Amino acid sequence: MSITINIPSALRPYVKGQSTIEAHGQTVGQALDFAEQQHPDLAKHLRDDTGQLRGFVNIFIGQEDIRHLDGEKSPLSNGDALTIVPAIAGGAS
Amino acid sequence: MQIEKHLAEQLRAHAEATYPHEAVGILAGHRKDNLVLQTVPLQNEHQQAHNRYQVNPLAQWQAEAELEAQGLEVLGYYHSHPDHPSQYSETDRKLALPNVNYVIIAVQFGKSHSIQNWRLLEDRSAMEEHPFIETNSPSKETT
Repeated sequence: MSITINIPSALRPYVKGQSTIEAHGQTVGQALDFAEQQHPDLAKHLRDDTGQLRGFVNIFIGQEDIRHLDGEKSPLSNGDALTIVPAIAGGAS
Repeated sequence: MQIEKHLAEQLRAHAEATYPHEAVGILAGHRKDNLVLQTVPLQNEHQQAHNRYQVNPLAQWQAEAELEAQGLEVLGYYHSHPDHPSQYSETDRKLALPNVNYVIIAVQFGKSHSIQNWRLLEDRSAMEEHPFIETNSPSKETT
């Protein structure tokens, strides 16, 4: 099924400057895998060395954080919009 | 990155107002000239706000969507380091992304002083300093 992924400003250079890309998949993980295969440089900033999503990377289906659903196993419906929101976080310590 | 003096003053004022907690916000403008045209203060929701910051991702998303609706782009983010240098920390590096500016305002005893601009290297191994230039020219687009 066809999914739209909204790309944050910091990651757009890895998707040819696009603010949205199209992906396919039955689950969030499959849609992200599709996007990472199409745009390989995305992966190292979305995932750590073990392949897990980095802790500061938030993924929403519509307005719902996938952490409140079933993570990357969360099912998708045709036409769903995923949004990647890398958290603004850090600090002196 | 360039920023008009009055906007840089807004950053300093925000950093001083939140002292001894860290301030955080968005720097927006146009990527083609890397000039800041608008700053957007955000709420630091981290429980250890004296030396950490974190923004509600929904609030961040909404703020960035509003900027884009105005035709602006996110050039980077700013935060303060209360009683700490404007050098980036390991926490800053680990939670950073490339292609955006991370401006750090040092605040000592409630008064801002040094400001530095950092960008993450592509291999994520370190951040490198980039210019932070305060300009005099007024901007018609600034709100």
